[in-house]
Amino acid sequence: MQNGSSAPSEQLKIVIAGHVDHGKSTLVGRLLHDTGSLPDGKLEQLRAVAERRGVPFEWANLMDALQSERDQNITIDTAQIWFQTARRQYVIIDAPGHKEFLKNMITGAAHAEAALLLIDAQEGVQEQSRRHGYLLALLGIRQIVVLVNKMDLCAYSRARFDEVERAFRQFLASIGVEPRCFIPIAARQGDNVAVRSVLMPWWTGPTVLEALDQFQAATRPVGQPLRLPIQDIYRFDERRILAGRVESGSVKVGDRLVFTPANKVSNVKTIERWNAPASDRAEAGESIGITLTEQVFVARGAVASLETQPPFELTRFNARLFWMGRAPFIPGRSYKLKLATQETECEIDSIQRVIDSATLEAIQRPESFVGRNEVAELTLRTRRPIAFDIHADIIATGRFVIVDGFEVAGGGIVAAGNYPRRTADSLHKSHNIYWSRGKVTSEQRNVRNGQSGCVVWLTGLSASGKSTIATELERELFNLGRHVYILDGDNVRHGLCSDLGFSPQDRKENIRRVGEAAKLFADAGIICVTAFISPYRSDRELVRAIVEKGRFIEVYVNAPIEVCEARDPKGLYAKARAHQIKEFTGVSAPYEAPTAPDLELRTDQATVAESVARIVEYLHVRDDDSGVMI
Amino acid sequence: MDYLSELENQSVYIMREAFNKFENLAMLWSIGKDSTVLLWLARKAFFGHVPFPLVHVDTTYKVASMIEYRDKLVKEWNLKLVVGKNEKVLAAGTTYPNGRATRVECCGTLKKDALKAVLDKHHYTGVIVGVRRDEEPTRAKERYFSPRDKNMEWNVEDQPPELWDQFKTDFEAGTHIRIHPLLHWTELNIWEYIERESIPVIPLYFANAKGERYRSLGCAPCTFPIKSQARTVGEIIEELRHTKTSERSGRAQDKESEDAFEKLRRDGYM
Repeated sequence: MQNGSSAPSEQLKIVIAGHVDHGKSTLVGRLLHDTGSLPDGKLEQLRAVAERRGVPFEWANLMDALQSERDQNITIDTAQIWFQTARRQYVIIDAPGHKEFLKNMITGAAHAEAALLLIDAQEGVQEQSRRHGYLLALLGIRQIVVLVNKMDLCAYSRARFDEVERAFRQFLASIGVEPRCFIPIAARQGDNVAVRSVLMPWWTGPTVLEALDQFQAATRPVGQPLRLPIQDIYRFDERRILAGRVESGSVKVGDRLVFTPANKVSNVKTIERWNAPASDRAEAGESIGITLTEQVFVARGAVASLETQPPFELTRFNARLFWMGRAPFIPGRSYKLKLATQETECEIDSIQRVIDSATLEAIQRPESFVGRNEVAELTLRTRRPIAFDIHADIIATGRFVIVDGFEVAGGGIVAAGNYPRRTADSLHKSHNIYWSRGKVTSEQRNVRNGQSGCVVWLTGLSASGKSTIATELERELFNLGRHVYILDGDNVRHGLCSDLGFSPQDRKENIRRVGEAAKLFADAGIICVTAFISPYRSDRELVRAIVEKGRFIEVYVNAPIEVCEARDPKGLYAKARAHQIKEFTGVSAPYEAPTAPDLELRTDQATVAESVARIVEYLHVRDDDSGVMI
Repeated sequence: MDYLSELENQSVYIMREAFNKFENLAMLWSIGKDSTVLLWLARKAFFGHVPFPLVHVDTTYKVASMIEYRDKLVKEWNLKLVVGKNEKVLAAGTTYPNGRATRVECCGTLKKDALKAVLDKHHYTGVIVGVRRDEEPTRAKERYFSPRDKNMEWNVEDQPPELWDQFKTDFEAGTHIRIHPLLHWTELNIWEYIERESIPVIPLYFANAKGERYRSLGCAPCTFPIKSQARTVGEIIEELRHTKTSERSGRAQDKESEDAFEKLRRDGYM
């Protein structure tokens, strides 16, 4: 609306709450006027409008600029407006006092660092005074000043002020809130707003502006454990960037990060920014990108933390929740839960208590549900494990919203509980199931299968570990819900290639047929694993050429020949050395090692499980980049 | 962290949420200072790239140098531009100021209807718009993610709750969401950021030899310059720190009636 007289060095967001008609918008109008924040002519314009309509001028009209609000004289939504004091800039959020508009009040208050709560001196404490007090506490707003307004209507009586203060202070104390102070004001006339009222000489406390300037701006939780929820993975150029905002703590190049859920580990290679001073470090509040030294499968929703201080990873947690939905929150139904950048289905596990936020009394009724504008203490269960913290420890990963259909219907904070640090259950599957009509495209097949087919071609010396890895890989992928099949050398020779012998031509033809069959599997959406020595580069390149681009994954199973020979499970090396087998690869026939394999596994240095994990990881990352969800 | 960086980080976060959540996303680019800052923030968010098309609603009444400036940046920054135009109304000539339409009616057809047509044609479900809360009172009521119904209408009485950066990203088919990453910026912030980042802005914002500059840019017949001696970004910042005139005071369509702008916005205007 206007701009202050100097550059804002500090900004504070405040919400103005309280019961309907207790004077919130009037106070805002007055604050704008008294701090010289109104544009020239605005006041005159509104006075003229009031005169034209034959109604008294209202300060509230400054904020309640919408037609419907001018007509009804109530604030429907949360509006934000700026003003400036000598100390700093303020963003004021004017929260509606009608019960109907509680979701708007919550929207406003959720952005605030401090609150002014108004109470009409004549009417005293009302339903929304208590409810707003309770919700401010639930939203974690601790800096609260209570303004006892319309003192002009009760003859500026100190006794009345004391009475209202006593009653509300008692209520706030019962929910653990201690307000900074109570101030008697008359917003319409400006008494004790910017200047001390001559009509209340008994008041020696601060004015509203003085009280505002005593609030502290929120500090970012830089000293807390690192939480970096991943928003997205970008591959606009050669970099694979994990984008997100550091919500707490800090992160620097070289940090070893664990990504929860899934518990993938990798190191920070770079911190990415655009058109900004380069820095190897980023802290709470910064929206950045990171690249990793090792590519691990990480998707939106994962929370990066330091290995020593991970969040909880569970499918069940306790919460305090307020419900704004049209339909009640009921057990047995599935809702969407959004926490940081995670989304998962959830349902009510159990409800401990439903509370009337205006009276703080437990609501007794035969059915168990949380109704509109009610608050509950409950336990939620999620379909998949989610990463979270207790709200009192880390705010950003300790709060969530519930979506019912298309609507954000509830908000809550994670309450304390006896949470173990790890969980096992992590099977997840695709929910994206569509009917395809007419031609089935490869994209449709990918969506249906929850994967894109490919050929994982293991090549290497005899006894290098190809078959062992292949069978373990098959089991691992199968357990992950993938469609996978091994083309086994012996099996194909019984059927598809039963007419072939072991002459060089026949070997070449054998590989060609295996390649063609593998390609068909890949086209059908299957992950096809093959384990053949396949010593000739040209043969492997032939297969690569027939398989769709990007779907042939050459895995070099590499162990030095001495190691293979020492293993020699079938005694083949011994026979070859004794010249009982002719043209044995590595001994009497060449092995042409891949020059640029997609993956190289050193089986003399890594265990079978580690080798299998690397292939699974590679497939995850590849699928992630191609947009296929698993 | 300084104040401008805080604003920037929040906008970048919002932009990335939008890009993740909407398959068919576009950004409105009016060529003005706000949407150009928005464009800059997109490049911040996506590390130098702008991974969605920019929609420019061309009323053909824009000042000519705006179009030149637009085409220059499209080339330099490798942008994908989609232009929307209400050819029918332009052909029929029922526009302001020839007397065959009021200012507000003209905005309704050349901007709002043209926008609706281009959104419908390309099936955009998410549209990033550079409006700010401090511009004028109805925009102060906005959400970061603000739903529009099938007729592009804004139901201001029943807006979704928005808390803790959890935005409305679930919506019915046929409706769309307006995304407002600059909502929390002020006019002064915009210029401070332009200065910090050295963002190129169209010279119309700077005072000419006659001592006039545009503070807000729109169509030539309905936008008037203000008296000003501010010839540099720094001088504009200095001027804004002391002004008490509102930003859209040079935009005539707002003044046709008390709630003219509010009605336009309910019907789907930016």
